[in-house]
Amino acid sequence: MAEQLEYHQGQSKAVRELLVFTLGQEEYGIDILKVQEIRGYDAVTRIANAPAFIKGVVNLRGSIVPIVDMRIKFGLGEPVYNAFTVVIILNIFQRTVGMVVDGVSDVIQLAEDELRDPPEFGSVVETTYIEGLGTQGERMVIIVDIERLMSSDEMALVDMTDRG
Amino acid sequence: MSQFHQVFFDETDEHLATMESVLLGIDLAAPDGEDLNAIFRAAHSIKGGAATFGFADLAALTHILENLLDKVRKGCMRLTADMVDACLNAKDVLAGMLGAHRGGAPVARSVVSELEGWLEGLVAGGSAEQQPEVAPPPSAAEPAVCTTLYIELDCCLPATDYQALLQSLTALGELSVVQEGGGGDQLPWVLIFTSTLAADEVAESLAFSISPEHFRITQDHGQQDEGDFGLFLSSSIAIPTEAAAPGIAFEDDGFGLFAPLTASSGDSAPAPDMLHEEDGFGLFAPVAAPAAAPAAPIMLHEEEGFGLFAPLEPAAPAPSVAPAPVPAAVAAPRPERAAPAVENSIRVNIDKVDLLLNLVGELVITQSMLTQSSQELDAVQYERLLGGISALQRNSRELQEAVMSIRMTPIAFVFNRFPRVVRDLAAKLGKQIELKMVGENTELDKGFIEKLADPLTHLVRNSLDHGVESPEIRVAKGKSAVGRLTLRAFHQGSSIVIEVTDDGAGLNRERILAKARERGMPVSDALSDSEVWGLIFEAGFSTATEVTDVSGRGVGMDVVKRNIQSMGGRIDIDSMPDFGTTISIRLPLTLAIMDGMSVRVGQDIYVIPLSFVLESLQPQAAELKTVAGRGQLVNVRGQYLPIVSLATFFGNADASAASDPTRAILVIVEAGGYQLALLVDELIGQQQFVVKNLESNYRKVEGISGATIMGDGRVALILDISIIARHNQRPAQTTARLAMTDEA
Repeated sequence: MAEQLEYHQGQSKAVRELLVFTLGQEEYGIDILKVQEIRGYDAVTRIANAPAFIKGVVNLRGSIVPIVDMRIKFGLGEPVYNAFTVVIILNIFQRTVGMVVDGVSDVIQLAEDELRDPPEFGSVVETTYIEGLGTQGERMVIIVDIERLMSSDEMALVDMTDRG
Repeated sequence: MSQFHQVFFDETDEHLATMESVLLGIDLAAPDGEDLNAIFRAAHSIKGGAATFGFADLAALTHILENLLDKVRKGCMRLTADMVDACLNAKDVLAGMLGAHRGGAPVARSVVSELEGWLEGLVAGGSAEQQPEVAPPPSAAEPAVCTTLYIELDCCLPATDYQALLQSLTALGELSVVQEGGGGDQLPWVLIFTSTLAADEVAESLAFSISPEHFRITQDHGQQDEGDFGLFLSSSIAIPTEAAAPGIAFEDDGFGLFAPLTASSGDSAPAPDMLHEEDGFGLFAPVAAPAAAPAAPIMLHEEEGFGLFAPLEPAAPAPSVAPAPVPAAVAAPRPERAAPAVENSIRVNIDKVDLLLNLVGELVITQSMLTQSSQELDAVQYERLLGGISALQRNSRELQEAVMSIRMTPIAFVFNRFPRVVRDLAAKLGKQIELKMVGENTELDKGFIEKLADPLTHLVRNSLDHGVESPEIRVAKGKSAVGRLTLRAFHQGSSIVIEVTDDGAGLNRERILAKARERGMPVSDALSDSEVWGLIFEAGFSTATEVTDVSGRGVGMDVVKRNIQSMGGRIDIDSMPDFGTTISIRLPLTLAIMDGMSVRVGQDIYVIPLSFVLESLQPQAAELKTVAGRGQLVNVRGQYLPIVSLATFFGNADASAASDPTRAILVIVEAGGYQLALLVDELIGQQQFVVKNLESNYRKVEGISGATIMGDGRVALILDISIIARHNQRPAQTTARLAMTDEA
């Protein structure tokens, strides 16, 4: 009960809204303001000589958007593409990028005091791209700095010269 | 306020460009009054805008410039080459200041003050040297001043008498006839007369030949300031001299802020007429520094108002508008010929146009999807639906064309800079050049306009430096001493061609070949001319015997070629010794739409720009040859072309063609004078594609120039043939993975 109360008080303070998605066994959260939309997986056009996790490009209402499969990127099992495959369309640095994940669970609000420092190890995503951990009761969400991750060299999404 | 800055910058750019082009075209011996007015107007508009937005440096400089121009315009000073140089210089400095306000590097203070000194010297010097010629000045202590008068003559005399009258006036000052009288309508004559005489003196001399009720003399409203000054000194004048109290206050404030005043206009009490021009400034100038915002609307009025006054057709003697609040004064309807330039264009952010273009592209795709799926329908049962779809098809095509045309801009925007470039360069190089521009109104995509400027400037500089010989050599060769440089733009098929032609020495085949050998390039004497000329596009290639600061460093032609190719164009050279060189740039009409051929490679669809495609064929086994280490060749009518398998190039494993070319299709393409055969599985079709940028959300992909959306909504990649060809030319590039040398 006390915990519940605390949670609600926390909510009235600085709150971060996160979109939570799953990759393998882990739950990740990204800033909801970076998310443009969530859609199904469409036929992509393969790009020559791109890394395997870049599935290709799709036509998103007239603009050409690259699709990254995070499951391949982080080596989480066999990626399946069917009607339930989810693509999160992100808007970062005025670019649009699609990201395939295992599933989208929900949107949570985190208060300042629910944030923990990032762990030294223990997730498939490198700690450099992890902003922190969000804890709500028993639940733990790994908060990813999606902007930094997507613009990193290893994602090979952005030309070196383009980055601001 | 800052949201208006961009508009001001754009407009000022335009004004500066106008100023420059008029200055370059002006005839020193007999400057056209309208040209002088145009320059003056440009300077004045810049000054007004700059003051409103608080750009004091711009305002100060233009003010001095305006003083000079005003004197020239009124005929108080003769236009000299020095003045033109000073004005051009001022234009450059103003452009620099503008750049600084946009966030660029500031203009050195010394440059500005030097220029100001120059201009002021011209203003002062001009009036001094003019003084002796002037009729007895009203007061010896005062410098001579000019008065511009409008004279209207009723049509009551025989035409010959008017001629005599005009002649007598010409002897007294500068006269221009605005409207010839007479004819069936009994139009009055309208004249502009500029001299040191006051209105009453002119009236007296006119009265000799024509009775006073048949003519009217009016002060030049809004245009002169010094003129009034003259009027005030000789007190008996046609125009009432009410001391316009509110006006004086404004006027002084306004000018005080702007700049050091020239003696003539400073301490005079303005005639009411003068308020037209000055009160606008007076009102907003003081505001500019502390709180510019409220001034904006007033300023806009003023600008418009001035637009009305400036070209001032004197048909109507402007009524003396009493000093009134600015908007009212400006809004006062100008009789008859007012509003010369009706605003019939709007400024739109290019992003909006691109968005529109995108949406229309989407519409076209949706429409072709509908058309495709409607083909299975029964034509009788679905007559109305099918009719509607075909109407939709027509309309959306038209809409697409209309939207495309918004982006089309005349190439004059690029060409206009060249008179100046040529003038400066010719002076620097000691050559005489006549520049001719043909087809400036040829339209091309706005995106090209910006990208063309640099390559073209480079070609022009090259032509002037290396092509056109010095006058002595030209005369020795039996050519005219004046070199000729022609810029020509025209449409040819679905492309636009831009030619830079000089009648200079032409390219030297031997020297280019020697230079190529010196650089260790594998060349032979058997190369065709066009192949030899192509060598000058190699990086670091310069045949100029000495390096000048204009060109000859060997950087450039390769960049020019790269720039043109990145626009999807190509560049050709045609040259004859001692006859000249023509460099032609061929560009597709627009960046956004392209004719292409879609091909299938395995599961993937690629689009080959049609401009690169020569032919396609299915090879016979006998025509295929294998060269160790260099892959396969195909014999096309005696010519052996290398085969490039797109499947291999793009690392596509599932393409069936890779193994057996005889079951596939070869598309022969040409890029950079080099032909090769692309191996694909199937030709799908030929159509127009809306080109999309791959880099806006992703990165540059080697061998891919962009993407497009097919009828079914899927994305297809557009091949960059010149890159593919370039890679094939490189020896020992057997793998499909290509070094990213281009990024370096």
